[in-house]
Order: sequence, then structure tokens, then C-alpha cells
Amino acid sequence: MKQVAEQAFTIEQFYKNIGQKKLTGGKCRKCGKIHVPPRPLCDKCLSMEFEWVELPQAGKLLTYTVIHVAPPQFQSMVPYAVGIVQMENGVKLPGIIKNIPLEKIRIGMSLKMEFEETPQTQGWPQWPRYYFRPC
Amino acid sequence: MVFSQGWDKFNLKGKPLASIVSAGLSKFGKLEGLYAREIFAQAAEEAYERCPRLDPKKDIKALFIGHMGESYEHQGHTGATVADWAGLLPIPAVRMEAACSSSGAALRAAIYAIVSGLCDVVMVGGVEKMTNRSTPEVTDFLAMASDFPFEQWHGLTFPGLFALMATAHMHKYGTTEVQMAHVAVKNHYNGSLNPKAHMQKEITIEQVLTSRVIAWPLKLFDCSLISDGASCLILTRPEIAKRYTDTPVHIIGTGQASDTIGLYERDDFTTLKAAKIAAMEAYKMAGVKPEDIDVAEVHDCFTIAEIIAYEDLGFCKPGEGGRLAESGETTLKGGKPVNTSGGLKAKGHPVGATGTAQAYEIFLQLTGQADKRQVDDAEIGLTHNVGGSGATATVHIYKRG
Repeated sequence: MKQVAEQAFTIEQFYKNIGQKKLTGGKCRKCGKIHVPPRPLCDKCLSMEFEWVELPQAGKLLTYTVIHVAPPQFQSMVPYAVGIVQMENGVKLPGIIKNIPLEKIRIGMSLKMEFEETPQTQGWPQWPRYYFRPC
Repeated sequence: MVFSQGWDKFNLKGKPLASIVSAGLSKFGKLEGLYAREIFAQAAEEAYERCPRLDPKKDIKALFIGHMGESYEHQGHTGATVADWAGLLPIPAVRMEAACSSSGAALRAAIYAIVSGLCDVVMVGGVEKMTNRSTPEVTDFLAMASDFPFEQWHGLTFPGLFALMATAHMHKYGTTEVQMAHVAVKNHYNGSLNPKAHMQKEITIEQVLTSRVIAWPLKLFDCSLISDGASCLILTRPEIAKRYTDTPVHIIGTGQASDTIGLYERDDFTTLKAAKIAAMEAYKMAGVKPEDIDVAEVHDCFTIAEIIAYEDLGFCKPGEGGRLAESGETTLKGGKPVNTSGGLKAKGHPVGATGTAQAYEIFLQLTGQADKRQVDDAEIGLTHNVGGSGATATVHIYKRG
């Protein structure tokens, strides 16, 4: 992760890294806590010293739902599944689950992260999305 | 959990912090053609009428108003606006925002004002106008109380977040959709006895289970309503409460705590840690235990939320909330009546108004004015008000004066 070593530990940079198909976090140099998303101030020890770490892109599904009523920007996708996945290093992330029939989704199943192209929308934000699919 | 709000040094245990001498509630529902400030005026009017010894313009020294969203009416700056419409200019007025716990948080701010000695009498309330918007718009506005970069950005909605908790609770404890449906049936029955409730009709388990899916496993009848409404309380220093009414209700415990805005960051999706901490603080301050609570209004924004509330408030052990709902113990005729007003589920959930609307119901119960919903000889009550998916929680405990 040398190429992003000078970058600020921000949500904006996290999503720039997602655009490079990399799941990254900010590791506190003092207490070792890995923050996803990265933060400028460690909530555990209040340190402001971090280093970027690249994280594994596979994990297990902790819980999920199937959304039938969505906000306007997601309405064309319903019904769609969203889950919380615990990555192999322990970090947890929510994300849409694709490439699997909705009725086959199970808590505990192995999922891996995939990456979408940056959405061609106007305005803020211009963040690429990741999603999860079965391994 | 090692956490203390640091009030121990004041020796408040069991002592009244502030007293409710009056309360008002607008009709909840689709209030066509009425705007937030006009709805709040209805609640204020009831509070004035209930308390003839109060001279609102002379006595009320500050106003705290819970209001979540300026998106609905394209109207912020709610404090001054509702102070004007309640006839209270030029008193200081401020809006408190803590998502669906906005007026629970406003109540705490009002208690600060009273306990500090700066104010003898204050008004605290809440208001939300929601039904002028479409369901997708309201879904979008409510989602603002969740994390934008990871939850909203990845298609999560509020029903979706509580559905994640429901799925986790079902997986960990075997909680069932039928148990969740019992919460809806109970609260709709209570709502049928409340003339101010948004929905005043009974429903069946079958209707809940076959209603359309909103965010699996939550269906339409597992969800609270999109409603308009307002609520308010008149709070005084306990020492002067009897100047205004012979039957005040004392607030004897308050607790509030915060958690991560993102549900995904928490260790356990089957409990709300902020609510547990808030409850622990409120119980400690009040010097009462969960078994002492005669009647409670809890934040049933979704049926699973009431089940989790039972557990977080110590009404049962973790994992037993579903069975408690099914047992009938929390119905009007049970040993621990919960959401006698109909709750958010049937009375309605104009989000900013909910916290003090819960206190309004407890005020009625502890003063024997709850009519067909009256719990016999209710002396101690509790309210539990949650913001978002649990990043804010407030718990208050009340005692008949």
C-alpha cells in the first residue's frame, strides 16, 4: 500500500481505494486498532498516527435483510438483499449481496467483495460501490 | 458496563428531578392541510387547558422542542417557530435533534434547565409533519438518521436496519415472526382504545404475517406508521409543582447514552447498548428496579424493537423477549403493561413528537386519566425512546406525585 501511504485517513480516500479494487483501513500505530472506515483520531487511544493496511476481501455473513421498499435511488433494484459481513480480519461492513437467489442466502455463508465502476451520477458523492457475492 | 454520568455526587437517588404539571397531545395521523407549527399549537392548547392555574405567558421561561427533519416542510429553525405558534414569544426556544429520540433528548435538556435552578417552569415537546410526502421520500428522509457512507450508500433503509437486528435475533435466540406479530396485535388493540391514535382498529396475527414485505423479515404490520403529530409537557421544579396541580407526576430518573451511528460497527446486533446504559443510569438515579415499573412506553418503531426493549430494560433476560411478547404479560391485562397508548405501532410515530408523547401517556396513567387503557393503581412508569438504529437512547422514570 505504499502508493497511498501519504493519503489522508478519510472516508473519501477509502472509497478512492475501493475504486482501485482495494479494501483498506487505517491501522493505529499506537494501539493497533484497524479502522474501517479510516478516521483521523483513534476512538480507542486518541492517537492520530496511522498506517494504511490492505484487508482481506472475503468474510462471513452475520445478518441480512431483503429490502422491498427502498428510497428513490434504489427503487429500480427491489427486492435486493443487504447484509453485514465480517471480513477475515474481524472488520464488519454492510453491503448489497448479489449473484445469488435471495432465498439461498444464509447467515454464516462465505462471501467475497466485488467492485462496481464509479456511478455516473451528478453531484456528491462520486463513490464507487463494492458489493458481496458467494465465494 | 462501567459508565457513570457523574451525577452520583448530587445524591439524587429517588428524589424528584422535575415535575410534570400538565401535558398535551395533538391527534396523531394524517392531518391534512395542517403544518407542524399548527399541530404543535393543538398540543400546547391542551396543556394550557389542563392546567388552569398556569399562566403560560408569565410562567413558562424556556421551550425545548424535539424535531427531526426540516426536509418534510422545507422548514428548519423549529424552536422559535413553535414558540411563536404556542403564544410564548419572546422566551428562549431551541430545537433538539437526536433522530427519533429528539423529544426524549429535549426532555433531558428541560430537566437540566430545571435541576440547574435556572428555570422554574419550562415547556418541552416535539413535533413532526410527515404525511405530506410520498413513502419513498419519507424512507429517504428517515434514512438520514443512519450512517450515510456505509448504510444509506449501500441501500439500507430504517426498516432494513431493524430487519438486520430481527434476523440476528431470530438466528441467535430462535425468535419467530409470530412472536413479533404478537407485539403488533397487542399495540393495535391498545390503539383501538386511544381516541388520539393514528390507527384505532384491531388486527390479527394472520393479518400481520400476510401483510406485504417491507424489509424481510419485517412486514407492513411490523412497522410503525408515518404520522403527523405533536406532544408537549409543562415541567416545573418539584418544590413548586403543587402551585399548578394537585396531582403532579415526578420525573425521578433520567438516562441517555450514545453508540456508533453505524449498526454494522457494533459487537452485538441483538441489543441496543445505548438503551441498556440509559436504563441502568435511570434505574440507579430513581432507586427502582425493572420489576417496580407498573407501566411502560417503549420505542416500538418496529415489532422487533419492542422485543429488544424488553430485554434491554430488564423486563426479561436476553433472548426471552419474543416469548414475553407471546405470553400476554405485556398486554393491558398482564403484569407488565407496555405501550398502553398503542405505541409507535398504532398510535403513530411522528418521529420528533414521540419521546414526549410517551411521557404524555405515562402522565395520564399515573394520574388516573387513561380511561379505557387505565392500568390499575399505576404508581411508577418508564419511557424508552430510541434514535436511529440505537445511536441515541433516552430512558426516563416517573412517579405519581
